[in-house]
Amino acid sequence: MTDMAPTSSSAKSWDSDETRANLKRRHRSEKRFRVLGLTAIFIALTLLAILIISIAGKGATAFIQTTISLDVTFAEQKIDPKGTRDQEVLRGASYGSLVREALRAEFPEVKSRKDLRVLFNLVSNGSPNKLRKMVMENPELIGQTVRVQFAASDDIDMFTKGYIPRDVPEDDRRVKDKEIAWYDQLAEKGMVETRFNSDFFTSGDSREPEIAGIWGAIVGSFYTLFITFMISFPVGVMSAIYLEEFAPKNKFTDIVEVNINNLAAVPSIVFGLLGLALFLNVAHLPRSAPVVGGLTLALMTLPTIIIAARASIRAIPDSIRDAALGLGASRQQMVFHHVLPLSMPGIMTGTIIGLSQALGETAPLLMIGMVAFIVDIPGGVTDPATVLPVQIFLWADSPERAFVEKTSGAIIVLLGFLVFMNAVAVMLRKKFERRW
Amino acid sequence: MQMLAEVDTPVENEEKAIISARDVSVFYGDKQALNKVSLEIPVNKITSLIGPSGCGKSTFLRCLNRMNDTVEGCRVEGKILLDGADIYDAKVDEVLLRARVGMVFQKPNPFPKSIYDNVAYGPRIHGLAHNKDELDDIVLTSLEKAGLLKEVRDRLNSTGTGLSGGQQQRLCIARALAVQPDIILMDEPCSALDPIATAKVEELIEELRENYTIIIVTHSMQQAARISQKTAFFHLGEIVEVGDTEQLFTSPKDERTQGYITGRFG
Amino acid sequence: MSFSPLILILLAMCAFGYWYGTKKALVLSESRTVRVFSSRPHQYGMYVVVWGAVPPVILLVLWFVLSITPFGASETFTNLIHTILFPVAILLTGVIGVYFSLRSIDPELRVRKTLEGVVSGVLILASTISVFTTIGIVFSLLFETVQFFEKVPLSEFFLGLEWSPQTALRADQVGSSGAFGAIPLFAGTMLITLIAMIVAVPLGLMSAIYMTEYAGNKFRATVKPILEILAGIPTVVYGFFAALTVGVFFRDVGSVIGLDVVSESALAAGVVMGMMIIPFISSLSDDIIMAVPQSLRDGSYGLGATRSETVVKVILPAALPGIVGAILLAVSRAIGETMIVVMAAGFAANLTANPLEAVTTVTVQIVGLLVGDQEFDSAKTLAAFALAMVLFIITLILNVIALVVVRKYREKYD
Repeated sequence: MTDMAPTSSSAKSWDSDETRANLKRRHRSEKRFRVLGLTAIFIALTLLAILIISIAGKGATAFIQTTISLDVTFAEQKIDPKGTRDQEVLRGASYGSLVREALRAEFPEVKSRKDLRVLFNLVSNGSPNKLRKMVMENPELIGQTVRVQFAASDDIDMFTKGYIPRDVPEDDRRVKDKEIAWYDQLAEKGMVETRFNSDFFTSGDSREPEIAGIWGAIVGSFYTLFITFMISFPVGVMSAIYLEEFAPKNKFTDIVEVNINNLAAVPSIVFGLLGLALFLNVAHLPRSAPVVGGLTLALMTLPTIIIAARASIRAIPDSIRDAALGLGASRQQMVFHHVLPLSMPGIMTGTIIGLSQALGETAPLLMIGMVAFIVDIPGGVTDPATVLPVQIFLWADSPERAFVEKTSGAIIVLLGFLVFMNAVAVMLRKKFERRW
Repeated sequence: MQMLAEVDTPVENEEKAIISARDVSVFYGDKQALNKVSLEIPVNKITSLIGPSGCGKSTFLRCLNRMNDTVEGCRVEGKILLDGADIYDAKVDEVLLRARVGMVFQKPNPFPKSIYDNVAYGPRIHGLAHNKDELDDIVLTSLEKAGLLKEVRDRLNSTGTGLSGGQQQRLCIARALAVQPDIILMDEPCSALDPIATAKVEELIEELRENYTIIIVTHSMQQAARISQKTAFFHLGEIVEVGDTEQLFTSPKDERTQGYITGRFG
Repeated sequence: MSFSPLILILLAMCAFGYWYGTKKALVLSESRTVRVFSSRPHQYGMYVVVWGAVPPVILLVLWFVLSITPFGASETFTNLIHTILFPVAILLTGVIGVYFSLRSIDPELRVRKTLEGVVSGVLILASTISVFTTIGIVFSLLFETVQFFEKVPLSEFFLGLEWSPQTALRADQVGSSGAFGAIPLFAGTMLITLIAMIVAVPLGLMSAIYMTEYAGNKFRATVKPILEILAGIPTVVYGFFAALTVGVFFRDVGSVIGLDVVSESALAAGVVMGMMIIPFISSLSDDIIMAVPQSLRDGSYGLGATRSETVVKVILPAALPGIVGAILLAVSRAIGETMIVVMAAGFAANLTANPLEAVTTVTVQIVGLLVGDQEFDSAKTLAAFALAMVLFIITLILNVIALVVVRKYREKYD
């Protein structure tokens, strides 16, 4: 090689042991760096996987319910001794005793008061309500004996699902040997069943984990998001139009611009305090109502929508504007006939992403009293309500073991909604994406 | 010697070729940018690559130090021999290759660091200097060779991006020289410069010819005629004509070359 | 007269005005041979609607504002205003507006100017709402904060080491309801933020570097959206995860290796918060690294630098201001984060730098003080607003610095 060219003298220096060692070292550090990057991504993905698996693992059983079937005698003298069939009388009757009778009939050998109390706790405390509802809907039942499927109490439910193992010492176990014996007896007769937990999706909150549901929170979330959308979408789009198409470049618009960017980064809890001070203490709107939550979240979502809408409007090329103006359209006609329709897909995508943030938001709603314990399903935007994330927060705070499962179940539902919304946003973007 | 045996192409000129490209094709994804280009680069001469924009001359240049590796979806076929060894061989270290085959880009691209650090960057990463004095020496010699030392001697620590366009480009050349390459690739080095700065850079390139092999891509035929000894004319991803600069410009064999150099297209 | 019938009547009037105005314009245009109309018939209809609706709406807003601002008038007078004065005034302006605008319809009338003026007005109004939101935040916090500092001296709040708003320590205690030294809260917030940053900055930055400088298109297209799922998960979910899984895990690990870790440790909250912030840092840094011009990379590769040398010695120094901005934004995010700490950190204000113990943060205390029944002017409730004011100011400063830095950075490479 030395005879190749005079320049090879410098090439020779690349062949020395020293440079070779140096090169080796450099390549090693290159490899290390690369592995470091991959490791970072791997760790982040692992954390995500742990989060999802742990929640799915805890929450999957929330969609299954343990039931105990009992033969209930709807004795007339207990429900409606006078035979009036008056709604008030039917409502006021003691259905608890019917449940107790049914259990006693199943286990005639249980006599002591203490044991009886434990026995009655096999089924949910919500069982009398279920009977009341049945009778009020269908008074014909009075006088008959019918097999009714009751939700098992939370402890029995947990036991069935294996969260309370049989093989730990009795003292460390919430379900005692006696209960297990009764349970086995019932199971042998085929009276214990597990089925899809439709109650979880159709009922409101409850102190009893086995009959607590998320429907109330879902409806509350819906009303809240509806208000948020009705306020933040039009206002956000109009702001974006003004700032992009009409605003003169001056101090005021500069301030608006900086202000919007800052507002987007203000902690959400501060918006909660704004809502508390403005909507509750000054405007005296009802506490815990979706309308207040919606207004608060609307102010919070506004910057997101404005920023997305502006980007989307800015992406429309000037040739479109020139074409419209060249035909004699006014600036407003140009905007409302051409620019706005063309930028709508992008605006909608931004809006959905903003709303999905609002759907997952909890902290500001705590400030305006949406943390109340509310059993009823809200019927409008001014009824007291809670929302899905707040429901999760409330349940996460509850001591009962069974609420862990409910919380995780509610999280799965919430994540399901979010995935759906984001999928719609991605689809919109894909479908209407246009390269100018 | 065995390497020389591999070089079996009948060399049209009597000089030794330091680089010889054989049937080089380049694809970006599905798009073919170069089609079976073969070219011999003579040692210690200036070879210029000319042609209309998009003809593949820059692509070819970037193959010579494997800069195309950094472009995703880029595929190179054929052989490029440097001193008889294929640079696309799996065993070749592209880091080392790029140290031997330096490059100067179209737009001056000094790092946002001081002038000194810009020039010292190469020697530092390659470990060419063992102490501060040696490094100083390399930096000063490189700046001297690039004809920049006089202008910047008293502000070596000010930022490189503060220089004028022509000075920035000479700084980039000094930066390339500091790694002590054998070959310097120049991708339209004067296209972003004004005529006076261009003249200075051209002067510099001619001086460098004594010690380096230079390949320059240019869209200016005058520049190619002024400074290069060999010229290759690219058109639509192929080499149409290659030869001594003087001969190519005075009596082109191909009518497309003639059309281009007389300004009928391009 | 109440709200909704009034609005219904107004709507009906406007509908009539629109129909009649449009018809009148049509008739007029047909009766002439030359079309000299400056506007389309339906625009005349809209013109009538504007005159019939805008003044009453302004009055309605005024009415609403009056009804929520207490003023010292006698009850009969207030009643008079609300039952007679406003409803009548509103209806009257509506009728007058519709009547005169209908009468003024004429081919010469340039109604489009009026209409576009109204639209412009509405647009400007909409864009000021965000400004009013900021003003609203500042004022709603300011009033209560000032009241708070009338009861508790500034020095106690900013220098005091004791935070126990619930119980009176001694009878002559300022505010007579507890101690309001916020240092433990600031320290706790900083501790958790620090832990979050230790987790998020290296992971987020290294991910961004790998994504931009190493990963192929396919890898990026699959992994980036998956990473961004982390950003879309609601904070209440992270809180639950931190409290039930991570906190318990650290406690168990601690007991195995003989360390005393409480299950509400700052470590658990901080790590989970860091996990939440990873995609925030990685996507911001991703943009910023992408903005470093390709010519700098080419320059470095052209000299024979390896990728890592290019990243460490050229790209990162060039991108540094932008990355610092991104980290500042992330810090502001972490300081303001509420649910994770409410659920996974404690309420007790310990002044400690030990991440294995429980600490509390500013946001936790705001929630703790305001959830449940409140007396509105007790020092306890007011303290929440003072804390929120501090939170707002600090995050505002961080955001402004970050935005300025990032903007400067972008201008440099545009």
